[in-house]
Order: sequence, then C-alpha cells, then structure tokens
Amino acid sequence: MSYLQLSDITKTYGHFTALDNVSLSVDKGEFVTFLGPSGSGKTTTLMIIAGFEKASAGTVEVGGQSISQLAPHERNIGIVFQNYALFPHKTAVENVYFPLQMRGVSRTQGLRQAEDMLSLVGLKGFGHRHPKELSGGQQQRVALARALVFEPSLLLLDEPLGALDKNLREQMQIEIKRIQRSLGVTTIFVTHDQSEAMSMSDRIVVFEKGRIEQAAAPLDIYHRPQTSFVAAFIGESNLIPATISSAAGKTAENPALGAFDYAGADNALSDGQKVTLLIRPEHIKLSRNPIEGRRNVRMTVETIVNYGDNALVIGRAGEVTMRVRVLGADVVIIKEGEECCISWMPESVFVITK
Amino acid sequence: MGMSLSRLTEKTNIWPWLLLAPLGIYMLIFFVVPLADVAIMSFTEPRVSLANYERVLTGALYQRVFVNTFLTAAFVTLCCLAVGYPLAYLMAHSKPRTAMLILLLVTMSFWTSFLVRTYSWMVLLGNNGPLIAFLQMIGIDQPPQLLFTRFSSTLAMVHILAPYMIMNVYSVMKKIDPVLIRSAESLGARGWSLFRHVYLPLTAPGIANGSVLVFVICLGFYVTPVLLGSPREQMIAGLIGHQIDEFLAFGMGSAMAMVLLVVTLIILTIYHRRFGLDKLWG
Repeated sequence: MSYLQLSDITKTYGHFTALDNVSLSVDKGEFVTFLGPSGSGKTTTLMIIAGFEKASAGTVEVGGQSISQLAPHERNIGIVFQNYALFPHKTAVENVYFPLQMRGVSRTQGLRQAEDMLSLVGLKGFGHRHPKELSGGQQQRVALARALVFEPSLLLLDEPLGALDKNLREQMQIEIKRIQRSLGVTTIFVTHDQSEAMSMSDRIVVFEKGRIEQAAAPLDIYHRPQTSFVAAFIGESNLIPATISSAAGKTAENPALGAFDYAGADNALSDGQKVTLLIRPEHIKLSRNPIEGRRNVRMTVETIVNYGDNALVIGRAGEVTMRVRVLGADVVIIKEGEECCISWMPESVFVITK
Repeated sequence: MGMSLSRLTEKTNIWPWLLLAPLGIYMLIFFVVPLADVAIMSFTEPRVSLANYERVLTGALYQRVFVNTFLTAAFVTLCCLAVGYPLAYLMAHSKPRTAMLILLLVTMSFWTSFLVRTYSWMVLLGNNGPLIAFLQMIGIDQPPQLLFTRFSSTLAMVHILAPYMIMNVYSVMKKIDPVLIRSAESLGARGWSLFRHVYLPLTAPGIANGSVLVFVICLGFYVTPVLLGSPREQMIAGLIGHQIDEFLAFGMGSAMAMVLLVVTLIILTIYHRRFGLDKLWG
C-alpha cells in the first residue's frame, strides 16, 4: 500500500514542459532519492509535493488523502532547504520550536521538545546559539531538527548537503540516514550527486528531461539500468553500440570489437535489434596476455589516471574508447602508449534497449 | 599589475591620504572650525560662564520646547513608519512595473526641494486653498484652521521624511531570502503569525535604520516647522533661530545647539552599539 502517491503529474511553463506525466508511489518509511542533472524536474517535483508549485495536471496523495488543493502551511510536510533557511533572528532552539509554536504548543513544552530534538540530531547544548554562530554542518542539523520536530507526514530534503565539504558530507549522509531510520519518517531526498544517492537510498528515482527514467533500488539502478542515460549518469560505464546477432544464443555484435556474449537482459530481444551494451569499468580485467575463459580484446593505453588505491585506465580498442578500473597495485604493469589485453565475463555484459 | 597594486596598498603610503586632503581641508574650514566656534560661544557669550547652559537646562520655556521637539520627532517617526512600511512592502513585493511606479513617485517627491514641498503644503492647506474649499463644499461652514498648526507641520515633515524610512525598509525587505518565507510556510506559519514571527523581525534592522534617520533629522528640522507650524508649538531649531536672528543671543543659541548636538550624538551612539549587534542577523 503506497503512502505517497504521485499520479500523472505534469507541469508546464508556457510552452516548456518541466514535468511530463510523472507517476510514483512511495511506501511508508521509505527513503527515496530523486536523482538527475539540474533541470531534469526533480526539484520541481519536490516543490509540487511541498505545495510551493502547482501541478498543471495530476494529483499528490499522502496516506490516501489528496493534498493537491492544500496550501503549503496545511500540508504538514517537513522541508530542509539547500541553504537550510534558518531564521537568523532566532536561536537554534527557537528555530526548532517555531513549527510547534505555529501549532499552538505552549512555550515551556515546545522548548523542551525542541531541546530533545536537538539532542537527537547531536546538538545538545547548542540551543542558545544563533545560526550565525553555528558551522554549516550544525546549521544543517538544526534545519533537520526543525523539519522533524512536528512529526511531519513527509520529510523533503532539497540538496541539503550541497554546501558542505566532502568529509562533513559523508558524515551527514550517515547521520541523516540514522535519524531517518530511528524516526521511520518517509523521506524524499533530492540530489544530483550519484554517490550520495547510492549510499543513502532505499530506492533511487532517476529524472531526465521532466520524466522518470527509472525507479529502482540502488544496486538495480547500477547493475540493470533501463536506459543508456541511467547507465551513463550513474557510475562509470563503457557503452558499446551493438546489434543482436542471435537472441537465442545471447550474442551481440559490434563492428569494431566483434562478437559479445551476454548473460541476460531485462527486455525481450530479437535478432537484428540495435542495442547498447554496458560493461562497468571495474568488471574489466587488464593483463599483458589474453586470459582463458574470458572475452579478450586488445587495447592501446592512452591515459592512466591514478587515484592511489585504484586507477582508471583509458584506451582504444578498435574504434571504441574503453575505460578500465584497476586496483592501484595492478597499474604498475602497464604504461601509457603500450598495448595490453582487456577481458570480461559474459555476466558483466548488460543489454540496454533504450 | 596585480603584484604592484597589492604592494601599493600594503605599504603605508602617504598618497591615498593626500587625495583626501581637499575634502579634509574643506571640512575643517567649513565644519570643524564653525562648530568649535559655536561650542566656544556657548561658554563665552556674553561672558565666560556656564550661565547659558544653566538657563537652557532649567528654564521652563526651553525644557518645554525640548520635550516638544522630542515628542514631535517621535510622532513623525511613527507616522513615517506607519506610512512607509506598507509602501515599502508594496515596492518590494509587487510586480516589477508597479514597484517601479511607486519607486518613481517616492524618489520624485524625494528629489523635489523640501522648500518647494513646504510651500506646496502652504498652498494646499491655506485658508484659500483647495482643502478648505473642499471642506466648505461638503457642508462644513467653519472649517478648522489647518495651516500654522501642529497638524500641518507634522503632515509636511512626514511627507518630507517618509522617503528615508521607505528606502531603508525597502532595501532590507528586498534582501529577505524568499526561501525563509517558504520555509516558514512549510513549518505551518501564515498570515499574521508569519508576519509577526518571521517577516517583521527580519525587517527590524531596516525599521531601526529608518527610524533613527528620520528621528535625528526631525530633531533639527528648521524650515518646515517654522513656516507651517503653530508659533506656540516651536521646535528647538526654530527657537535657536529666534535667539540668534531676533535677540542676537549668540551664547544662548549656541548652548541650545550644543545640547541638541550632544543629545543627537548620544542617540546615534546607542543606536550604533545596539545595531552593531543586530547586524549579525543580516
């Protein structure tokens, strides 16, 4: 039974269609990430759920009740904005107390509740500070506490980690996840950062050009992308155009690289169909000589990018640029300009039809 | 280029200060020296003593005029706020075209010489003026005296000073992040509670700024209250004018001017101290 239901949401600005028939159901307690490049419609969808934008068509339901006609202040939805939007004239605890104050909770009781919520987000003892006196991460926590203290029916997070540096961001990812689990609040998280989406979500919804490209669990999105866009947007990928030579024999053909065996595909395939083959760079092995039992291709190494623990090797195999992810220790066997062997297993080849 | 520039600013260099010299000399000759002269006169005219201050601070007339000046300034400030705040709100939050129109009206009034504006009020409110004629037309046989009353001088001062309030409040309103308002809405605020708990406090720095500006300018207002006000309801600047123009009492006039100056400085200092803290919100 879905808790949040978006049905056929369309949003147009004049002739521009920002959202095109978006439908989605989210279960109670689920952590769903809207992922996509800027302008893909993810934020517009979030704003429609929050009530700040009106959909041109379609409905939003929460718990079986349509909220499409409600004003933002009637929706009981907690939102954490990109820049936190804390009230600069109020202290941290007053900020958190604000939504309770608006709901008529007495000052004594409300402030106590706000303090409790601040403790939950790890800010015990910081309540008397003004936002200006708090670090970015602490402001983020206050904003989170404020969005949760009134037990909202939904929690919306609009790129909340964008302004934080890398270490703090990872720390906050874990924190947000922990708090979300402990409260069991249904959460929509908007980001354009795929690693954030991967590490935090129960489910990822990939947006592109106002439409949902795919909605699935992170690992499904990664291993079984339904479109080339999803495959290219999430993680690194080798996308090889090919033609199905035998659907029964599970083989495809690329003019430059020859025949490919593949293990499976999510869609029914027919002989002669144009498809795209996905091989993730970390599923390719790099070696001096061909390895038996694997599909081997010769490649001339063009660039090696070292990351320390691993390295990205980019080279040309026939007409095709291939990317190979190798462990840092393995990269010493090869130099730029040299020829080597790359190989993979049929299980690592995924067929994308769109 | 960048290198040489930064070197220029790092070293203590006399040249930038030299550029300030014309202004500095001008201010010295036409502001500091006359002011010092006024200060000295307040103690030395007609003879060296504190008698002038004693009279200014204890004389019933002077006390009454001082109190009247402060009350008038406070009242004018309140009126400017009452008129200016909604107007600034309209300017900050209506469609660009409407906002532009209001801005134009406010600045046009601001650019017009205040002497001209003062005289226009004399015409409008005078016994042969259109307002009196209108009152008679709607059947009021003996229309009240409008000109040369507290009413007329207050009205004109509000008209002249309101732009200071409007511009200050407007600039703060314009800078309010709309996301803060959205955020407040999402947290359950709307209408009056949104205004009282979020919007008003966020515009408080503009109100403080505008109020101090209007109040301080109003304290020293001369022409308008003298030309439009009731002779019995004098303000301090008018009284200073009297002392010097009519009684040639330079010592008394100077002492009153010094008291006014000191009080104004005290107000500005308090405001500065307090506002230094408030700027943290910005």
